[in-house]
Amino acid sequence: MTDHNPFENPGQSYDSTDRDDQPMDPRGGREAEGMAEQESTFPVSENAPSGPEQQQLPDADAYFSLGDPIADTKAPGGPIESRWSERKFGAKLVNPANRRKLSVIIVGTGLAGASAAATLGESGYQVKSFCYQDSPRRAHSIAAQGGINAAKNYRNDGDSTFRLFYDTVKGGDYRSRESNVYRLAEVSANIIDQCVAQGVPFAREYGGLLDTRSFGGVQVQRTFYARGQTGQQLLLGAYQALERQIAAGTVTMYAKHDMLELVVADGRARGIVVRDLTTGEIETHFADVVVLATGGYGNVFFLSTNAMGSNVTAAWRAHRKGAYFANPCYTQIHPTCIPVSGDYQSKLTLMSESLRNDGRIWVPKSGEDTREARDIPEDERDYYLERRYPAFGNLVPRDIASRAAKAVCDEGRGVGPGGLGVYLDFADAIKRLGRKAVEAKYGNLFDMYAQITGEDPYETPMRIYPAVHYTMGGLWVDYDLQSTIPGLFVTGEANFSDHGANRLGASALMQGLADGYFVLPNTIADYLADGPFEKIDDTHPAAVEAVTEVTDRVQKLLSVKGTRTVDSFHRELGQIMWEYCGMERSEEGLRKAIGMIRELREAFWNDVLVPGSGNDLNQSLERAGRVADFLELGELMCVDALHRRESCGGHFRAESQTEDGEALRHDDQFAYVAAWEFTGTGQQPVLHKEDLVYEFVEMKQRSYK
Amino acid sequence: MNITLRVWRQAGPDTEGHMETIEVPDVSEHMSFLEMIDVVNDRLTLEGKEPIAIDSDCREGICGTCGVMINRQAHGPVRATVCQLHMRSFDDGETIDVEPWRADAFPVVKDLVVDRSAFDRIIAAGGYISAPTGSAPEAHSTPVKKADADHAFDAATCIACGACVAACPNGSAMLFTAAKVTHLGLLPQGQPERGSRVLNMINQHDEEGFGGCTNIGECTAVCPKGIPFDTISQLNRDMLGALLRGE
Repeated sequence: MTDHNPFENPGQSYDSTDRDDQPMDPRGGREAEGMAEQESTFPVSENAPSGPEQQQLPDADAYFSLGDPIADTKAPGGPIESRWSERKFGAKLVNPANRRKLSVIIVGTGLAGASAAATLGESGYQVKSFCYQDSPRRAHSIAAQGGINAAKNYRNDGDSTFRLFYDTVKGGDYRSRESNVYRLAEVSANIIDQCVAQGVPFAREYGGLLDTRSFGGVQVQRTFYARGQTGQQLLLGAYQALERQIAAGTVTMYAKHDMLELVVADGRARGIVVRDLTTGEIETHFADVVVLATGGYGNVFFLSTNAMGSNVTAAWRAHRKGAYFANPCYTQIHPTCIPVSGDYQSKLTLMSESLRNDGRIWVPKSGEDTREARDIPEDERDYYLERRYPAFGNLVPRDIASRAAKAVCDEGRGVGPGGLGVYLDFADAIKRLGRKAVEAKYGNLFDMYAQITGEDPYETPMRIYPAVHYTMGGLWVDYDLQSTIPGLFVTGEANFSDHGANRLGASALMQGLADGYFVLPNTIADYLADGPFEKIDDTHPAAVEAVTEVTDRVQKLLSVKGTRTVDSFHRELGQIMWEYCGMERSEEGLRKAIGMIRELREAFWNDVLVPGSGNDLNQSLERAGRVADFLELGELMCVDALHRRESCGGHFRAESQTEDGEALRHDDQFAYVAAWEFTGTGQQPVLHKEDLVYEFVEMKQRSYK
Repeated sequence: MNITLRVWRQAGPDTEGHMETIEVPDVSEHMSFLEMIDVVNDRLTLEGKEPIAIDSDCREGICGTCGVMINRQAHGPVRATVCQLHMRSFDDGETIDVEPWRADAFPVVKDLVVDRSAFDRIIAAGGYISAPTGSAPEAHSTPVKKADADHAFDAATCIACGACVAACPNGSAMLFTAAKVTHLGLLPQGQPERGSRVLNMINQHDEEGFGGCTNIGECTAVCPKGIPFDTISQLNRDMLGALLRGE
């Protein structure tokens, strides 16, 4: 895409000495320090380019309390290149003959779930796989367009495992774990081999070898792709491997089953409670270990690029049962989506960022200007990105482009319905390159735009607006991908582990498949080697309790019989989240949002109207349960965003910016993972900090001026 | 604009269904068809009635979940999935018939929702390349002709929506099956299982109750992904070859 690296500015090295002199053992003697940090400090002045001014956090206690720090106890130390090998060697193995005695539940059949189910089935474990869709092939990984990164260095352009690791840590704005990220980069090359062997039809050169392109502002061409449908093709590869295991009898598939509760018995995750979406029946399933591969929670915003059914319920129920939720406020917002056309809008559609290579982004200089785009003369247009960021222009990173678009719309200069859009204009590109060349490059995107909006982007500028796209936060996991509940593993977007505060383009597919094909199958054996665990069934008190919780909740949702639809609550929650916990967050806004969410949650449980019964296909009931969980998650996201009084990655705090309006991190205070412990609905969550130590990458602040 | 919907309502798999007429005023032409149904469903809910059951998920034309007959055409008047169909494709005052896919192998679950699990079983019967995780050779060890890779990709874009079956007078899933047979059969990695794959998939296809293919071509005409009709010729060639070799 470009020949620069937007995450690099060697001239501005950030002083991170506070971190560098941390003791290497992450478990050693930090409780006192952790307690001291309860009096969190934070620069409050507007436009503060300052270092952290010591100021007391006035009422932190009103929102959360501070618990013991936590540590990733599974990650080996030593040279980063050998840590994964070391862990694999140190992990216990399960004899092939014993594997068939061990059972695994995997929830979710996207890249991270289907790949894990297929691989564990091939290894000989008894696997039960669950998805809410009517077929595992429809999980939302299927919608990923761009590509998948891998450090193959086929281009001989200086790529390497270390460079992919380095780019990912830096892209994550130094809020991810070095060990995890290095492993991700390390196994990336195996993913491509695996997928090619399965028959994934990647783009190829005339010589028959794989084609790659550059993506998301990195300087090497390491992104493999299958036209604009890479996610689909990778998912179908994993799905076919999964179906092969279903036929072989190692995997039992439960499509149209929604996980509604986790069963934690005698300190271990041992099963799940699901609802058969077709019959309404509540079922329990037990196993020696449970894996959640249930994706992200972007739908808390109501409008996002997620699928209609994408939800947080499985992860949230696990959180309520003791799994810590890490960095929930880290959300990625994509700048080039098709804007909302009316209040009936149900979802947002992403268009490839590559459009910004040739399109020029602008709005009218005056908010009063109601003329058609083509009738507005050049000197009355504001090409605001080119104006504010002359070096990078329309190619500034995602979060900056997104925030700038929102800012001009907030000023009343937005275009299109509701004033929520900016122009992405190809007139100059067509003049310069000719319509044919533009068509060859972007034809399919222009067609898609025309199909959705009914407008011809060759004639009139496209309108775009940012949309929620990916959530970097998720359930906390250690190096083995195990959560704080023994026997509960979490993979893919559902965990928090690899992307820090911001994910690089084409890295979501890489992480999903890395976790499912190569990481989890190795680490889960270490846990299963102690099994099989004592058999449990429906009569175990933990199972009885979980089933009761589910049936009570279903009954409660159906019996409120209020006056508002589920969607009306979801929409309202989305508006609160978008306004106050979206692209730009502020102390005042977040406090306000928390109050509003609490009120809305109460209104929901008193006034929601869920028609029908629990005994058959009831799509309103499915949505109601999901929205109920979003109403709890939303509050935690705001609390997390409130407590993180710095700007990093996808999290921009209005109070923490440079004079130029750039994001300002505070590594001395916030270089940690915020892992939240649930204590009760509406109760203060407990914050556990996992310190992030950078041994191999130097922390730097970015700049795009 | 104002429209009149005539929608298939069926409470469950074993109950009788009927067409129900619903007036829908004030429809914006920018709404997608599914958003129009969302609005109708919100209204039905508030009126104390059961909303229309209809499946959709990604709403960007790739997951293959949505799919209904609209005015007796699979996915309606535009060659795209229903989620990509907008109300501007209809006229003010128009009456629009909405029905589920009709095929023996796709039993109705409720209203417009059908059971398409037969597709999964066809794939499970052979729609894969056996490559257990960890066993893969280096990706560049086997070059693939660009033309083959491109054609394989074209066939691989099938989203398993089921429009081909719904449009076929025989209720055949041959285009769906052929798309997978062609995708995998064009690649060098797919050769060892090429014969057994096609035979096992065809057997499963027939067992599920899908009809035979008589080369009518309705399937490809309604396919939102434009899966080429000649994939079926490829399937027939592969099948004949496998039978002649006695696989």
